[in-house]
This record gives sequence, C-alpha cells and structure tokens, in this order.
Amino acid sequence: MAVIIEKDTKILIQGFTGKMGTFHAEEMIKYGSNVVGGVTPGKGGQKHLDRPVFNTVKDAVKHTGATASILFVPPAFAADSAMEAADAGIKTCVAIVDGIPSHDMIRIKRYMRRYSRNEKMTLVGPNCAGIISPGKSMLGIMPGHIYKEGRVGIISRSGTLGYEAAEQMKNLGIGISTSVGIGGDPINGSSFRDIIEKFETDDETDAILMIGEIGGPQEVAAGEFAKENMKKPVIGYIAGLTAPKGRVMGHAGAIVSAYGESAIEKVEILKECGVTISKNPSVMGDTVKSVLEKI
Amino acid sequence: MDIHEYQAKEILQSFGVTIPRGGIVYSPETAENKAREIGGSKWVVKAQIHSGARGKAGGVIVCNSPLEVAQATDKLLGKKLVTNQTGPEGKIVNRIYIEEATDIEKELYLGLVFDRASESIMVVASTEGGMSVEEIAKEKPDSIIRSKIEVAVGIQSFQARELAFGLGIEPELIRRASETIMGCAKAFSELDATMVEVNPLVISKQKQILALDCKMSFDNNAMFRRDKVSELRDKTQEDEKEVYASDRGLNYVSLEGNIGNIINGAGLAMASMDMIKLAGGEPANFLDVGGGATPEKIVKAFRLITMDKKVKVILVNIFAGINRCDWVAEGIVQALEKIEIKVPLVIRLAGTNVEKGNKILRDSKLNYIEANTLEDAANKAVAALK
Repeated sequence: MAVIIEKDTKILIQGFTGKMGTFHAEEMIKYGSNVVGGVTPGKGGQKHLDRPVFNTVKDAVKHTGATASILFVPPAFAADSAMEAADAGIKTCVAIVDGIPSHDMIRIKRYMRRYSRNEKMTLVGPNCAGIISPGKSMLGIMPGHIYKEGRVGIISRSGTLGYEAAEQMKNLGIGISTSVGIGGDPINGSSFRDIIEKFETDDETDAILMIGEIGGPQEVAAGEFAKENMKKPVIGYIAGLTAPKGRVMGHAGAIVSAYGESAIEKVEILKECGVTISKNPSVMGDTVKSVLEKI
Repeated sequence: MDIHEYQAKEILQSFGVTIPRGGIVYSPETAENKAREIGGSKWVVKAQIHSGARGKAGGVIVCNSPLEVAQATDKLLGKKLVTNQTGPEGKIVNRIYIEEATDIEKELYLGLVFDRASESIMVVASTEGGMSVEEIAKEKPDSIIRSKIEVAVGIQSFQARELAFGLGIEPELIRRASETIMGCAKAFSELDATMVEVNPLVISKQKQILALDCKMSFDNNAMFRRDKVSELRDKTQEDEKEVYASDRGLNYVSLEGNIGNIINGAGLAMASMDMIKLAGGEPANFLDVGGGATPEKIVKAFRLITMDKKVKVILVNIFAGINRCDWVAEGIVQALEKIEIKVPLVIRLAGTNVEKGNKILRDSKLNYIEANTLEDAANKAVAALK
C-alpha cells in the first residue's frame, strides 16, 4: 500500500467550480484519481464535471465518504477551508495555494491539535505541487506522465525542481512510489520529517530522495530523524548555494536567517547524518541510481 | 515588507509603548521648527532608511540647537547612506526623524520573531542593548532570555513579567516594562508582523522605559488584510528592478553577477543559479516567473532582465508540466518579437512536449543557443560570456 493516498482514495475538490479547481480536477480525473465531488458554498445541489457539488465539506463527506481533499481557494480563505476539512473528518488535505499568511498557518496547526492522533488530518502544503502515487492516484497539480511507477519516494519543497528530479529518474529507468510536495512556506502542514517517517514504514518504498532548500530547520530535523530511526537510504539535495543571507528567494520560507540554514551548512549536517548528497541538481537521478545499486 | 523606524515607533506607541517625543521632516527649514516644537535642549537627527547600523554610517547626528538640527538635516537629506546592511550602492535618505535626546541609564534588547522550529512567536531579550542580536549571541550568549508565545492565545502577563524580571529591571518599573513587552507582542500578532525589534529599549535617568530604536517587518502574504500597514511601504528604499518585479507578480532578487536568468519555480531557480556557479559563472539575479510560466509573465521577465545593464548572457530554464513546452516556446517567441535582446541567449526547455517546444524555437527567427540539461544550460551560458 502506498503512503498517504491509495488508488481508490475518495477525493473532494474544495473550490470545485472555480477556474483553477475545474482545470486541475479535470487533470486529476484524467489521471485516474477517484474524484467524487466538490465543495463550493452556495452551489450545493448542482453538478460539475458530472460530479455533485456540496455547500459544506461535512455534507460532502456524509454523501460521498470522501477521505481526502485538495484546496483551490484564494489565500484569504485557505485557513478556513483547511479547518473545515479537518472538522469534517477529512484524513488528507492538500493545500496548493501560495500566499497564506504565516499567522493563519500556525492557527490551522493549533486548531488541528484538538483531534486525537487517529482522527487528525494530514495537511500537506501550502504552496506545493501536491501528492502523486504513480499509476494509482494524483492529489495535486503535477504533470502525471513524468512520474514512472517504482519504489523511490520523493519529498520536495519546490514543485518544478521535484519535476526535474522525477524526469531525471524516469530517463534512468527509476520509478517513484509516491512524491510529496511539502511546499515552500516557512510554516507548513507536513514537514520533511513527518513524510520521511511515513516512507520508512511504507513497504512499497526502498529509498527516499529529499529535495530541500535554504531556510528553516526542517531538512536538518529530517536528517537527524533518519540517522536515529531509519534503515532505508536517504538521498538529499539542497538548493540555494548562491543565495545571499537575509533575502527571500521566491519561496516565503527560503531565507537564511540563522546558523544551519544555508545550503552549505545543511549539506554538511545532512552528510553527518548519513544522507547521500547529490552534489548538484543535474545529478539527482544519478545519485539515486548509485544508492539503489548498493542496496 | 520593511518600514521605517519612525513608522514602527508610531505603531508601537498605539500599542502602549512609550517613545521619545519626535517628528518627521522633509526639509532643513521644517527641521528647525520641528526641533523647537519638540522642545528641550538636545536633539537627535536620524536618517530614515530601511537598514540598521545607521549610526556607524553617519546617519544619526546629535545636535545642541535648532540651527544644528537644520544643518544636520541638510547634510543627510538626499544623501545615499551605505551601511553594512545596504550593500555598496547604499540607500537614499528622503525622510529625517527628529527626536528629543534621551538620558540613558540602561540599554536593553527586545526582539520578536517567528520561530520556525516551534511554530510560535519567540521573544528574545537581553541586558546587552545596542549590539546586534548576532553580536549578543556570539559575545554574551548568557545574557539572552527567551519566551515562546502561543499564537492561539497571545502573550500572557506572566510571560512579560518573567522577561522583565529576567532583565533585572527594578521592581517599581516591572509593570511598565511588562506593558511594553506585551504591547510589542500584541503589535506583532495583530498586524501580521514577522519581526519586531526594539534595540535599544532604554531605561532613562527619569525612570521611563522607552523604545529608542525600532524595526518592524511584515508578512507580505498578509498585506491583503493590512491596508494601513501596506500604505507604509516606501518603494524608494527598495531596488528599482525588485519593485518593478513585485508590482508585476514576479519573484525577483537582484544579485552581483552577469548571467541573467528566467526560470519557473523558486526551487528550480535556486538550483539553476547553483549550476551557474558550479560552471564558473555568477548569476545576476534570482527570477521565478511562477510554475505556470505564462506568456505574459515571460514578456515581463525579459523586460526586467533587459533593464539590468550588467547582464551579459541570458539563461532561460523552463520545466513545463501541464503548461507544455510548445506553449512556453510560443510565449518566448512572441516575447522576443516585442523585446530586443543584445546579449547571447541560452534556452533550456524540459518536460511535457519538449521536442515540439524545441522545434518551435528552431523554426523561429530567434538567435539563441539550445541546451538540453540543467548542466548543459549552465555550461553554455558561462561559455557564451567569452
């Protein structure tokens, strides 16, 4: 079984009838994802893309049995939508949206603490490409065809750099079990460590490629977790060697403000944790290949 | 988004923090009058730029008469101040803040930032005011005390009290110090700040607790609900090209090198810059046109890069997903019908329909160098410099 999503995972689209929601819902349906309906407050009872529209996530869950959702709502309403999903019993929620205020992200995470571990929703994102388990299901906005089915897990902050890795691997004949985009924001729903832990117990994954960047403590935290707790090999790449200190490099979270947050420092710490480092972004595929050959 | 010292002080004052009497001026003449209006016999003339370390750069002048205040204002206005934070080009002084001088008994440090590890607001305080927090952490790490604010409930009185006692503040001033700390924390939470720094926070000889210098930064993502804060933006303090970019939805950072680049996605952009560096070149900028790389954004990106006179080669690296390379290629061809490029151009497309995209570029009249991989693109860009 794959991590996070399965072939038959029932998916809701929050912000279903909007332009973004419609476009990406169509792409997901074409890929084979089990999209069972969507939510747009005020449009409940209508049909969209041959699927029912609901006013609330609770209604949608009650009628469809959905366990996953993906948010295509503007940043100002994203926190509200994520909390609505959590409250309705959604298990996995992907927030694609870029531009959620950091204060709102912290509020969402605190809100989710009211649920017990078993009931708690896994929030992925925001500002991410989403999740794909090739050949099974896509809960995201990535180009599905560049992901070959296989046994390597990918975790990436960046969307397009994750695509780059998937394509390099495909060209070398290496497939992917699941790829998770955790997003480029300073506060995100799931960290590298959260996802790497899921991959460790996933019987369809043999190795994990972690694509990080400057800023924040998450890559190092995942490396330390891997050192203590993981048997599967971890390969890493950190973008932002040339990034100047104190400047935000596109992603709100990509800013070096403390020790251990620059690319060079992260690479050094990850190496000490036993992570195999891809020395540059054009050899991510080759590095994964060399590690797989040693297993 | 950063704001000026005087703006940060006005904000903190509205949250109950005491600041010295002062006022903003734009000319030497009004400066003299402002000094009289403020009263007293000693003033501090402070250049307002978006940078710390202004004192060392000559941007803070102590004056003993209104005439001296006018002279100091005249000296600073219109000048470019170079500090260790502005870069060699410096920042222009368009506004001057005049403030009554304070009799300082003790200087403290108070800062609030987001702590990404604990996902809460971290208050950092130290008895070693006046130094930068990095210097304090290096030289007097034992003087630093911290307190985490739970975002959902905000700062509690006991936390402010603990910090105040921790700073060794005398008992009769604890209440006022707590109020000051709580005011800063409330401003942080209520205005979507990402940083509040009062350095120094001083205890005056008259036993007042005063914010002598302040810095505040705000979450750009929250500006849609902070109209009053948004109005405080001063574009003259930002890089001209960065202002052009941010007004047009592009993520751009100006750098020192000479290879201009246009890339989709922040991670891929950083990775491409890393490749340029490894190939022996230096990037002139970071530019993310967004994952989708729409033709409109590509036109704007080329306009922006051609504004940068130090660019000697342009590298375009687009990984097209759902947006397809053929569509991106058409966008590039259309953009370059409108904009003339006088330097070598290297284009690398990857992803969906890459063959179709490359064919469109080859069949166009475009004069460019085709690249296939990230490494190939960086090598060709560096080679084209020669």
